[in-house]
Amino acid sequence: MNQTETMISVSSLEKSFKGFKVLKGIDFNINKGSIFALLGSNGAGKTTTVKILSTLLKPDGGKVEICGYDVVSQRVKVCEHISLTGQYAAVDEVLTGRENLCMIAALRHLPDRNKKADELLESFQLVDAADRRVSAYSGGMRRRLDLAMGLLGNPAVIFLDEPTTGLDPQSRLAMWKIIKSLATEGTTVFLTTQYLEEAEQLADHIAILHDGRIVAEGTPDALKKRIPQGTIELMFYNENELKKAFDLLKVYQISKNMEMLTITIMTDGSVKQLTNVLNQINNVDISVSGFTQKLPTLEEVFLKLVSETKEEF
Amino acid sequence: MKERNRMKRVMVDVVTMFKRCLILSMRSLDALFASIAQPILMMLLFVYVFGGAVDVGGISYVNYIVPGVILQCIGQCATITAISVNNDMKRGIIDRFRTMPITRSSLLIGHALSAVVRNIITTALLIGLAFLIGFRPTASITQWLAIIAILLLFMLAITWLSIMFGLIASSAESASSFAVVIIVLPYISSGFVTTESMPKYLRIFAENQPMTPIIESIRSLLLNSTMDQNFLPAILWCASMLIVAYGGAVMIYKKKAN
Repeated sequence: MNQTETMISVSSLEKSFKGFKVLKGIDFNINKGSIFALLGSNGAGKTTTVKILSTLLKPDGGKVEICGYDVVSQRVKVCEHISLTGQYAAVDEVLTGRENLCMIAALRHLPDRNKKADELLESFQLVDAADRRVSAYSGGMRRRLDLAMGLLGNPAVIFLDEPTTGLDPQSRLAMWKIIKSLATEGTTVFLTTQYLEEAEQLADHIAILHDGRIVAEGTPDALKKRIPQGTIELMFYNENELKKAFDLLKVYQISKNMEMLTITIMTDGSVKQLTNVLNQINNVDISVSGFTQKLPTLEEVFLKLVSETKEEF
Repeated sequence: MKERNRMKRVMVDVVTMFKRCLILSMRSLDALFASIAQPILMMLLFVYVFGGAVDVGGISYVNYIVPGVILQCIGQCATITAISVNNDMKRGIIDRFRTMPITRSSLLIGHALSAVVRNIITTALLIGLAFLIGFRPTASITQWLAIIAILLLFMLAITWLSIMFGLIASSAESASSFAVVIIVLPYISSGFVTTESMPKYLRIFAENQPMTPIIESIRSLLLNSTMDQNFLPAILWCASMLIVAYGGAVMIYKKKAN
């Protein structure tokens, strides 16, 4: 098979709910065997996108093809090639782990159901809990079972809607490992996340969704160069001092808060830049009441990218 | 050949969903017994407390009320069905089913079949208990078959109604509340007292609502009378309720999927 075969193709996708536009025309293509991360904060439209791609919702406009099949007119064909792991684990709480797997195997019309269930229980470390009801599972176990259920029948495309939200750090790392191994076996993975770090760790390609549009797209390395890696917050005694400092530091990506008497400067995270900023303030004798260095929030990253996008047009 | 394969797939889907729903009911046996406790209590109450004071025209009061109690029991069972359908629609598993290439209505059919199994178990328990307190039907084999046919049709109709309400309702509580109607309707029919004893307007309602012909025909079959004029209306009522409820449920399910 051709390595650059397109598995998911989305063009000018639009969706509104009660007159409110959630998706305002988004486009992307995903190649076979790659991990694609759709990064965005809550309410950006991530889940809506996943629901449309996995045939749960109908788009209002645009075209979506999965493995060459249209999600609206060839829904059943699309269903044969995909699997969805939702934000809330799509498992049957009353059944045991094994029963869940056997049920899905039966619905996929697979032979050797029990053997397949055993294999998956083994590789997802659920053997001990196999005959316990899922309602007694921890969050991490549910997600693992959920993913295992999704793998039955070897779907070509797997959708993971916020696969690690609500998991403890250890379960999160285990989940990452599983997701990475899927792609090496040739499965195409589409995942959504609100964690920049998760997208960087897992994805070959990241698209940042903000306010219904894709504001940036590219490989993790390419995006890293565009987004700030750290912020410095400076606090002042009065507005006058603040304004002086603001004028001085305009060369950086900067924002001010007059009520809190603070200025936030985005940096590349390097010691050099941090020193430069502090030196500049020091040289002109502006008195600073305090300063903190932080990682940028996702919101700040979006705002920077949005403002950049506007400048480009 | 292709058609046969398709049929086989549909069968596998339905059987799998049926098994799943059966496991679901077997794991909440407490709900099943709770649903049969109420009709049994009502039966004991009516037979022993009111029974002596009510004149139903020459037959023993137990023999008179069993058909009405059975219908109430089926109504009580419907609450479980409505609640479990409603729960399924809210849980994550429904999204998985919808994104899989399975027969769309198989989940609903699975719920319906397991509901009928629940109904048969509770109805059998109820009839057994009625025997203990003096219920003595004199029906022949063919009459029993006719009774079973009416009851199965009624169970299916009420089951699909409860599935429909389970799909519409926003919460499990409201999903189950519709069953109150099915539990109350036998009271305003010839189920517990003769309609002649009711005030005029109530009597007109009682004689023209579905429960009366269903109860009357089951009762006359149980007591080995000839097939009376209520049999056909009973079948027609059940069949039309079933058709409307099935159509409604499938339509709502498909609509909700988008």
